[in-house]
Amino acid sequence: MTTQPLLSVDALSVQFRTREGTVTALQDVSLRVGKGEVLGIVGESGSGKSVTAYTVIGLLGEAGRAVNGAATYDGLALTGAAEKDLRDLRGREISMIFQNPRAALNPIRPVGRQIEDVLLRHAQASRMNVRDKALAMLEKVRIVDPELRYGSYPFELSGGMCQRVMIAMALACDPRLLIADEPTTGLDVTTQKATMDLIRDLTRERHMSVVLITHDLGMAAAYCDRIVVMQKGRVVESASVRDLFVNPTHPYTKKLIAASPGPHSELADLTAVPDELEGAAPPAAPVAPPIPAPAGDDLLEVIDLVKEFPRQDAPGRWPWQKRDPEKAVFRAVDHVSFSLKRGESLGLVGESGCGKSTTSSIITRLLDPTAGDVIFAGENVTSFSAAAFARLPQRRKIQMVFQDPHDSLNPRFTARDCIAEPLRRLLGMSGGREIGARIDELADRVGLPRDLLTRFPHQLSGGQKARVGIARAIAVDPLMLVLDEPTSALDVSVQAVVLQLLDRLKREMGMSYIFVSHDLNVVRLLCERVIVMNRGRIVETGTADEVLNNPREAYTRTLVQAIPHFEPGRL
Amino acid sequence: MRTKILQVGRRLLQALPSVFGIIVISFVLTRALPGDPAVYFAGAMADKVSIEQVRKSLGLDRGWVEQFGIYVDNLAHGNMGMSLSTGRPVSEELLSRLPASIELTLLGLGLAVLVAVPLGVLAATRPGSWIDHLCRLLVTAGVSLPTFFTGLFLIYVFYFLLGWAPSPLGRLDILYLSPPQVTGFYTIDSLLAGDLETFAASLAQLVLPAATLGLFALAPIARMTRAAMLGALASDYVRTAKANGLSRATVLGTYAFRNAALPVLTTLGMVFSFLLGANVLVEKVFSWPGIGSFAIEALVASDYAAVQGFVLSMALLFVAVNLAIDLVLTLVDPRVGLDD
Amino acid sequence: MARFLRHFRHVMAENPVTAVAFALLGLIVFLALFGPWIAPYDPLATEATKTLRPPTWAHPFGTDHLGRDVFSRVIVATRLDLGIAISAVALSFAAGSALGCSAGFWGGWTDRIIGRLSDTIMAFPLFVLAMGIVSALGNSIENIVYATAIINLPFYARVARAETSVRRNAGYVAAARLCGASDTRILSTQVFPNILPPMMVQVSLNMGWAILNAAGLSFIGLGVRPPDAEWGIMVAEGATYIVSGEWWLALFPGAALMLAVFCFNLLGDGLRDLVDPLRRT
Repeated sequence: MTTQPLLSVDALSVQFRTREGTVTALQDVSLRVGKGEVLGIVGESGSGKSVTAYTVIGLLGEAGRAVNGAATYDGLALTGAAEKDLRDLRGREISMIFQNPRAALNPIRPVGRQIEDVLLRHAQASRMNVRDKALAMLEKVRIVDPELRYGSYPFELSGGMCQRVMIAMALACDPRLLIADEPTTGLDVTTQKATMDLIRDLTRERHMSVVLITHDLGMAAAYCDRIVVMQKGRVVESASVRDLFVNPTHPYTKKLIAASPGPHSELADLTAVPDELEGAAPPAAPVAPPIPAPAGDDLLEVIDLVKEFPRQDAPGRWPWQKRDPEKAVFRAVDHVSFSLKRGESLGLVGESGCGKSTTSSIITRLLDPTAGDVIFAGENVTSFSAAAFARLPQRRKIQMVFQDPHDSLNPRFTARDCIAEPLRRLLGMSGGREIGARIDELADRVGLPRDLLTRFPHQLSGGQKARVGIARAIAVDPLMLVLDEPTSALDVSVQAVVLQLLDRLKREMGMSYIFVSHDLNVVRLLCERVIVMNRGRIVETGTADEVLNNPREAYTRTLVQAIPHFEPGRL
Repeated sequence: MRTKILQVGRRLLQALPSVFGIIVISFVLTRALPGDPAVYFAGAMADKVSIEQVRKSLGLDRGWVEQFGIYVDNLAHGNMGMSLSTGRPVSEELLSRLPASIELTLLGLGLAVLVAVPLGVLAATRPGSWIDHLCRLLVTAGVSLPTFFTGLFLIYVFYFLLGWAPSPLGRLDILYLSPPQVTGFYTIDSLLAGDLETFAASLAQLVLPAATLGLFALAPIARMTRAAMLGALASDYVRTAKANGLSRATVLGTYAFRNAALPVLTTLGMVFSFLLGANVLVEKVFSWPGIGSFAIEALVASDYAAVQGFVLSMALLFVAVNLAIDLVLTLVDPRVGLDD
Repeated sequence: MARFLRHFRHVMAENPVTAVAFALLGLIVFLALFGPWIAPYDPLATEATKTLRPPTWAHPFGTDHLGRDVFSRVIVATRLDLGIAISAVALSFAAGSALGCSAGFWGGWTDRIIGRLSDTIMAFPLFVLAMGIVSALGNSIENIVYATAIINLPFYARVARAETSVRRNAGYVAAARLCGASDTRILSTQVFPNILPPMMVQVSLNMGWAILNAAGLSFIGLGVRPPDAEWGIMVAEGATYIVSGEWWLALFPGAALMLAVFCFNLLGDGLRDLVDPLRRT
């Protein structure tokens, strides 16, 4: 950065007015983006990374206000500029793309027209040639058959395609700076990689500067030149990618790097950096002995499982046309067979819609299969309907930890009530004292402070809610736990602690796990064996390291390669 | 294109069960009278012979299914029975009074939309401003106002105190002759006849009752507009539009308002339903010679065929309005018909 | 209970409008309970020498065409109006939430049949349907209650259905299944308490509608018979005298009616804050 930076933010502080009073969202934030540079802003939820971007582009809204500091773009003051001037700048000089692209496009306007709106606004095209220019942009973002897609509505496109359209809109007027706010969150890993590659290629071609906002250190490492780490509204560290990963100086950066699982990290390493900032060390994670080879008999056997759903999006047909049975049903699980030994952990990995969650719902007997059997502890549990199974003693042997810790706790139950429910229902416990003692014991076991037990879910943090969910699942001493993306809604540092907790519980209680996840790097930390699924079928099975390091199938290979990660050694 | 035609066709078919349900319910209502329906339908002055006659024409001596068949057959021929109080067929009575009611209702709805939609949009774009507070006050107060009370209040102020409005009796002051009938709407007919004086007189009669209905319909429309507009303004796609520097007019009009208009349009159906009910009360207050007044007279006179004919025809009218709104939605909103 | 009271105070302090609405509700309920003892005159006693007197200190709301005290009649009418509305809303709340919950939770045919039923009711202009029902069942106060309950039923069924179906697949419902809970148990312990807040708002708004509906029906001569005191019929009786300037006959019962409806509409938001655990701090 020898020349003047394109964007500079100096000692910026931003406050929000809320019902509870003024909240400081940013405190003394400074950063620079050079011409042609890709800057990553990394942080966990609530770190202020998005607020920074919104302040820069002037989309803060009524409640937020920059109380101090300044943002300057190419010598032009952005903070305090008139809305009219900012409007001319946005889309023309600075563009922004967002997460959840499908919602970020106007649902009742053809996508081509939305690109035209931007072109016309900034006088980059006349009425005569605007359509051609819009089509050219669609082609640029590698949308197949742009003529056809020009007239499509967002709901007719996949999430990845919508993000491409958004990129086309953002780049239509050749701006010099692109701000990408979590552009691939919610997209599948392979789509994620394709989208990020597209952004990188197009911005490089145009010598643009990019600010990439992400919670994913691996992604920042793969696509950025320099990284700014933010925490609680402050910039804690700013360095080149290499320096940051090789020589992190701030303890929070160290903690974040350690907590991000890579292809070679070990479970115990995730929290290796003591949590100096919080002032309290995390519960001592027992150093994991090498995972013993699972010995013993099969606890679970899944044989030829099939699950079909009636199709929702069947194409329009005239009344006299016959319904095509192939198109009328959607096969979510397609002849899946596998087994699980006692004390073993098995990962079920795949992209969204691959059938992993449907499979796990059938195993937990929340859903009835169309065909096939599930043999659990020597008994065929599919011979009972889901409703009948709920009343059998085996019910308590299979329990589950849910994806979204918030959605899985009844908002009207306290943490104590949530954990008490299975004790009452499945163990028939009734004495208040007996239940209370058991709940206290469980809380200790999952590391939930006892005084939090009287709180309602909305008064607990994400990690605490996850602990309540785990305590509820292990309350009845199950033989098998199905973990449905148990950490995907959590920040990485919380994820690390929860993964260690799950590992410890498994050893202490001798449970078997089925770990459903989209993230191979997370799965391999906890599981001996991994099953990769795609379109309802099993693609590949093997030990975690085999699948991750030596994938046999092409699909697994693309999946593994698409995971953004950093390897300090290779930087 | 084919999908659109299919969706329109499907929506038209979907109206059939509603119509069937309405006919079933109104059939049940005609038979729900305690005791012998024939006695009621024949009226208080009827002798044995005429009761027998009614019994026969309603098919009361046969089974339920057959009775229903006769009922549907009569309806298909536009036969809703005879009005006891006037001695003419119910369908004729209703048809002759319908234009008066429709003219009033449409003008009321039009007034409400003209005021409520801009009010809701302004309130949503300036949250916390005086216009937002005014909108909220009007919305809460508006749904709390009994229409008959608003009507009386307006009469007291504008007729008795100020003397601006003509006497609240009917569609036209007795000094004028009704214009030659073309559409049945006095305002339009008088214009067609080139009679500006009658036009002014009929409009003067319309203003107060239409304003009463308008005040009543204002609240739900303004509430929905404000809410839908607030939702659209807070949406991700408006944020995208702003991030691309689109002008304020495009953001508000093309992006926010067009999206917000869809739920408002849906609400209009519900508002129309309320208006048809409120219409009855307003017609009584202003002695408006529409179907509402007819229904009230019939109610008081225990003229069952007339009352049930009124209920049925209002329901059919409402189904038609809803159908029209849904068809517009189907054509405007690309997403319609995909979630069912 | 102590916790609830604390929360109640908190909500009241935060939103003065809600506090006013609750105070107004208290007044209305008080008048409904003790109206006959508070009213200064017998609401039915006529006095031929004192007809159509404008408001004075002796008769704060004036007297009507038969010389009856309007003030007393307005007070005494509270019980009848509120009684009709509460019974109607209670009926439609009970039936509507049961139907709506089943439809939303089980889906399929249950949903289709219940949905069709409520659609058919909604296909009528509701006030007009109420007129038809009262005329068919017979002109009595009891039938006014049934008619009002029937036309409000679809609103409860719809809210209950929508709120239930978004929660049908919630994680905590699945978790309760894993605990072996039956469908009815899940509905009553997991789903129903969570749909109560939106239902309460509906109750509050509906109370307003129910009062308006009942008053409208008696305004056109259904249900309540003279000389009974009821707001709608009092406005109807006063309507004749508006054109000659005797405004107090219609104004005061009309204002009472409006105030009651206004009170319930304002209550909606307050109730939502009260029963919603997410607002509890």
